[in-house]
Amino acid sequence: MKRRFLVNVTMLALALTVGSVGCKKPEKGVTPIQSGRTGSAPTRTAPVTQGGTLPGGAGTDATTVRETASGFPEGDLSLIEGMVPDTNYFAAQTVYFDFDSSLVKASEQGKAQSVGNEMKAKPQAKLMIDGHCDERGTEEYNRALGQRRAAALREFLIRYGLSPDQIYTRSFGEDRPVDPGHNEEAWRKNRRGEFILLLPP
Amino acid sequence: MKLSLRFPLVTTLVLLLGGPLQAAEERLTITDWATGREAPIRITLSGYSGEALNVLQFDLEVAGFKVVPEAEAQWLLQGSSQGQLQGRLTDAINKSVKFSKAYSGGSLRNQVHTLADEVVEAAAGRKGIARTRIAFKVKTGEAGGAGEIYVSDYDGFNAVAVTQDRTIVAAPSWIPGRRGLVYMTHKFNNPDIVYHDLGTGERKVVARYAGSSMSPAVSPDGRRVAMILGKSGNPDLYVANLDGTGLKQLTQTREDESSPCWSPDGKFICFATRQGARRVLARIPADGGTVERIPISNVGNPTEPDWSPDGKWIAFTSQAGNNFDICVIPARGGEARILVGGEDPAWAPNSRTLVFTKRLGSRRVLSLLDVPTRQNKDARGNLGSCSQPSWAR
Repeated sequence: MKRRFLVNVTMLALALTVGSVGCKKPEKGVTPIQSGRTGSAPTRTAPVTQGGTLPGGAGTDATTVRETASGFPEGDLSLIEGMVPDTNYFAAQTVYFDFDSSLVKASEQGKAQSVGNEMKAKPQAKLMIDGHCDERGTEEYNRALGQRRAAALREFLIRYGLSPDQIYTRSFGEDRPVDPGHNEEAWRKNRRGEFILLLPP
Repeated sequence: MKLSLRFPLVTTLVLLLGGPLQAAEERLTITDWATGREAPIRITLSGYSGEALNVLQFDLEVAGFKVVPEAEAQWLLQGSSQGQLQGRLTDAINKSVKFSKAYSGGSLRNQVHTLADEVVEAAAGRKGIARTRIAFKVKTGEAGGAGEIYVSDYDGFNAVAVTQDRTIVAAPSWIPGRRGLVYMTHKFNNPDIVYHDLGTGERKVVARYAGSSMSPAVSPDGRRVAMILGKSGNPDLYVANLDGTGLKQLTQTREDESSPCWSPDGKFICFATRQGARRVLARIPADGGTVERIPISNVGNPTEPDWSPDGKWIAFTSQAGNNFDICVIPARGGEARILVGGEDPAWAPNSRTLVFTKRLGSRRVLSLLDVPTRQNKDARGNLGSCSQPSWAR
C-alpha cells in the first residue's frame, strides 16, 4: 500500500515538473493528467476487526467504582457483549429533558425510580441507557449532550441504589429522532433518555 | 472610467505593502477578512463551454475570482474545451502571457481542475485547491438514522462511499498525509472510533468503551488522535496513539467537552466546553496541562472549532436560537467575524477556503466559502443529507 502511494506521489511530482517547465515557455506545453481520480479513493472495505487488542480496557469492577470529577466511571463493555436487548420493556419509562439540559427533572424522576426498582429485582440483567437530542445544536455537541443525558440518568440510578456495573450508557446525539418534525412539539419528544433491558443470552 | 482607474490603485497598494510595512500588511489582512472587503480577482473566460466552463467557473469563484466581461477583467483566460482542453492566461494590463498549455489524460473535470489551479497560482500567487478531496457523512434516510462515510472531490463530485455498514456514523477526520480516515460508527451497537485505511480497506478499532467514543481528530503529524470519551462518567477530552494505545485523559469535568481540533504545530488541542453557564472554546496542551479559555467577544455558544493550517485562525459555529453561523477568530481569541449562515466549518489546506454544512429544510448540503471575498458555492448535493466535512491535508 505504502509503495503504491509513493509511486503515485512520484508520478504527481513528475506531472508537476512537466507542467512547470511548460509554464516557462510561452508555446503550448502539454500537462499530462493521471487517469483516474487525484488523491485517494477507497478500493474496498474490509470488515472491522473487533476484539483482540482493544487498548486500555476500563476493567472497572463494582467494588472500585468511585465518584470522580467526571462522575461515575463506566464498566467494562465486554461484560454485556452477547446480552439480548429488550427495547420495549421500559418504553413507558422514557425520560424527557429540557432544551440543552441534562438535568433529570423532578417530574421525570418517578419513571427512572420505577426502572431502578425493576433492576434491583433483576440482578442478572443489565441496563443500557440511550441519550438522545433534538436537532437544535451542532451534531457533535449534541452527541456529547446525549451522552451527558444518559450519564445523568445513570448517576441518578446509582444514587438510587443500583450498582454502577449494572448500568451502561451510550449517545445517539440527534441521529435517531422519534419525531422527524422541525417544531417544538417534535423537539420535546426527541430530547430523551431511553432505558433498554439487557438479558443474559 | 471608474473601472480603468482601479487597476493602478491595486498595483500601487501591492507595491506599498511589499516594502517595509510588514506590520501594516498583517493588520490589513485581518481587516479584509473581518469585513469581507477583499475584492475578487476579475477574470474573463473565452472559448469554453458546457461542463468545462461550469467547472472552471466554479473552481475560480471558490478560489476568490469573479468572472466578468472582458472590459472589466484583470486577467484573460482564452482556450478551448472542444477536443483537447487548452488555456492561455494573459495579464489584461500589460498583455503578457503567463502560460499557455494543453491538457491530456484523466477526466475532463480533472483537466479543468488542473487548469484552474494553475490560473490561481499564476494570477493570485497561491496554491489552488481544486484537486483536493474531502470526507463527509451522508445520512441516507434509512430508518434509525443510518448513514455512511463518503469521500469526494472538493466540489462533491466523484463521491464514493467508504462504508457500507447501514448504521449511524459521524465525524470523519482525515489522517494528514495518508489515505486514511478515523470516524465514529455504531457498527458494533455502540459509538466506537475506528481507523480506516482507504487503500486496503482495512479497519481497526481505535476506541471502544462504555459511555460512547466520539468526535475523533487526528494530529497534524498523523500519529495521535484527540477524541471525546464518556468512559469516566461524562464526556471528557482524551488523546491516544492512532492505534488506540497510550490513552491519556486531558480533562475531567461533569460538563460535555466536544469537537476537538489540533493546532498545526501539534502542541495544542482546541475544543468546545462550558464554563459556568457559558459555552466556550478552550485550548489545552496536547500532553495535558491547564485549560485556557479562548476569548470571543461578540458571539455566543461556540462549538465545532477548526484551526487553520497556517495557525492564524480558528473557525467555529456560533448558535443563537435556531440559527447557526460560521465565524472566524484569531487563534488566540478576539472579536469573532460572522461569515455566513451554516455549521461545522473545516479549513482547506490553503487556510483560506472553508467547507461547511448548510441546512435546507430536512436536508443538509456542503458548501464552500472563500473567506476573504465571502464568495460561497454549494458542493454537489445529490447524495441525501451531507454534513461534517473534513478536508484532506
